[in-house]
Amino acid sequence: MSGLWDAIAGLGDQLAAHVLLSASAIALGIIVALPLAVWASRSPAVSRASLAFASLVQTIPALALLALFFPILLSLRAVFGEGLPTLGFLPALLALALYALLPILRNAVTAQANLDPGVIEAAHGVGMTFRQRLLLVEAPLSAPFIMAGIRTAAVWTIGAATLATTIGQKSLGDPIFAGLQTQNWVLVLAGCIASAGLAILADSLLGTIERGFRERRRGLWLGGLAAVLLGVGAAFFAQFGGDDDDSVVIGAKGFSEQYILARLIGQRLEAEGFAVEYRDGLGSAVAHSAAASGEIDVYVDYTGTIWTNQMKRTENPPREQMYREIAQWEEANTGMEVLGRLGFENAYGLAMSREAATFGEFNSIADVAQRGQAMVIGGDPEFFERPEWIAVRDAYGLRFAGQRNFSPTFMYNALQSGEADIIGAYTSDGRIVADRLVILDDPRGAFPNYDAVLLLSPQAAEDEALKAALLPLIDAIDVEAMREANYSVDREEDKLSFDEAARLLAERAGL
Amino acid sequence: MTEPAGSYLSFDNVSRRFGAVTAVDGVTLRIPKGGFVALVGASGSGKSTLLKMVNRLIDPSGGNIVLGGHNVEDIALPALRRRIGYVFQSIGLFPHMDVGQNIAIGPRLSGTSLSPDRIGELLSLVELEPEMTSRMPDELSGGQRQRVGVARALANDPELLLMDEPFGALDPVTRDALGERVLALHREFGLTTVMVTHDMAEALLLADRVLVMDAGRIVADETPAALVAGEGGEVAQALVAVPRHQADRLAELSR
Repeated sequence: MSGLWDAIAGLGDQLAAHVLLSASAIALGIIVALPLAVWASRSPAVSRASLAFASLVQTIPALALLALFFPILLSLRAVFGEGLPTLGFLPALLALALYALLPILRNAVTAQANLDPGVIEAAHGVGMTFRQRLLLVEAPLSAPFIMAGIRTAAVWTIGAATLATTIGQKSLGDPIFAGLQTQNWVLVLAGCIASAGLAILADSLLGTIERGFRERRRGLWLGGLAAVLLGVGAAFFAQFGGDDDDSVVIGAKGFSEQYILARLIGQRLEAEGFAVEYRDGLGSAVAHSAAASGEIDVYVDYTGTIWTNQMKRTENPPREQMYREIAQWEEANTGMEVLGRLGFENAYGLAMSREAATFGEFNSIADVAQRGQAMVIGGDPEFFERPEWIAVRDAYGLRFAGQRNFSPTFMYNALQSGEADIIGAYTSDGRIVADRLVILDDPRGAFPNYDAVLLLSPQAAEDEALKAALLPLIDAIDVEAMREANYSVDREEDKLSFDEAARLLAERAGL
Repeated sequence: MTEPAGSYLSFDNVSRRFGAVTAVDGVTLRIPKGGFVALVGASGSGKSTLLKMVNRLIDPSGGNIVLGGHNVEDIALPALRRRIGYVFQSIGLFPHMDVGQNIAIGPRLSGTSLSPDRIGELLSLVELEPEMTSRMPDELSGGQRQRVGVARALANDPELLLMDEPFGALDPVTRDALGERVLALHREFGLTTVMVTHDMAEALLLADRVLVMDAGRIVADETPAALVAGEGGEVAQALVAVPRHQADRLAELSR
């Protein structure tokens, strides 16, 4: 249990970011919803249209809504210039504010529609102007209902804000996603408890304000409001009190190796006197765009990923040639610098359990193409969409009885439990050895190379001190060391934290 | 606009249509200052619509309404309504304001505040204790609420009082007492009063002139005495027959 409390206690930074994000989103939702509700109360057409829109937004899964703001903001750069952030706070704020809109709008519109017609007639009859009617009669009488809507919005928003982690915004989703990745349930639980606790606290404080409005007790709602503002203010101070504006932002995609390498880079930079921040759990394409746009300063990618996904190339040149072309392409197209290779490869490969491979005499992908049609293939959520999978599938003419998506961690469990017979595995994964898996040969060379490379954003590429601090990482990590570090966080027992695994890796690599 | 002699409130060929329905159909009418006029008719006869066109809760489709020498359309809406006292059946006290704040709302809208003494005075005018000022509307009986409604209508010292079924939801005893009280106030302050009611007895007992409406038109314009004496035509006499019949029945019972 003490591990859980330690994990929760270590979430101060994420909590503050979560509070600020949720509060900003709800505030923006209120700012949009209230004038809209006033307009809607005077025009049935506006009422119908705005409620229909808000309901429609509500049907979009929160995760998809967050993801959609990346391309939207990217295209809006044509209008607002390159400085417009496409990841992190802004898209999370906009998506969550849209989400918060419906309950506030619906309650405000309903409250207005249900006002006693006699009271409204009296307001007209005594000669109130539009403004007086709004401020003296409609607002005070609607306030408790609107507050109830804000309460609902707050609970939803605080819950959905955990998903902001996936678009590079720090939140209480960080420990949840990191924990899910490594089956570290203590971390998941810590994130859940913190997020649920925050939601309960917000609900009760806003409930106090609502009761104050309803019972017309000024002290009650002023007190509740003061407590809310105090909490948000404290979060604001915790986030911006120190001046870490020039800290180096390290990106990581959503799997263990990336988390560990990000910590390895971070520990190195901190030792050299840099302030660092992490943006964990990014999607592959998101991470690349984020670095190109300077949202993150440094991250680790893989040559084959860039080659097929960003450069849209289909041929498979030798390792050195591919590396050189990638470095040139990045410089010319994104301004990013490929600082160098870390020294190991994390290729995609098709893996089977040793017993099944031996029993079925599957040695290469060609054997699977010939005799493996009855098998079920598992892959991570990106795998079946990636061009390199499509290239491999078409090169060998692969056909399977079924294909299933798993989070990377569960994919290995699925192979063991028989839910999948063959998986798209990562060659640097510690579980390949631990789970006694074999990687099938690729005689046609259909999978490209996946050398891990260190990428710097255009801005970071100008920073000589930063580059000097990172250079020792180049060619320092061999695949055994990486596998061992990966396994230390992925195994069921005696899990290490990412920080501990990164230190272990640094030690092994002689850094 | 020239003001016809002796006319304080005048209607000149006023109509109001709601879609295909003509609620008020070319009404022309002069009401002198100090008059107490009752508008009587069955439901849907257009009496409420006619009344509400004076303080422009409803705008006419055609014709002119002149109040104190000015076309009501030329007077700014809030200003027009603030100089007219308005009392109606559902009362419409503001539930989040206490009695005193409800009464003081009119002056407050014009930027002046009523002293507690003045609020107490207005409460006594409608026979309520000055201590009622701090009570909330939901703590009052229906009769007390409408008394506050009348006090609110008088707070701006209006010259014209419009009442739309003011006593319709009250019990008969309260109804009678409050009716008498309003008549006394009408005389005391020299008000011009227009009251819509479907109750002919109430109209005959309070007003000095009774207008009977039918299908948007005024079909009778008589003094109470003339109506009781059988004037005013068929529709008016059908309405007068109700209280007369009741009075006859009561007289029979007492024999």
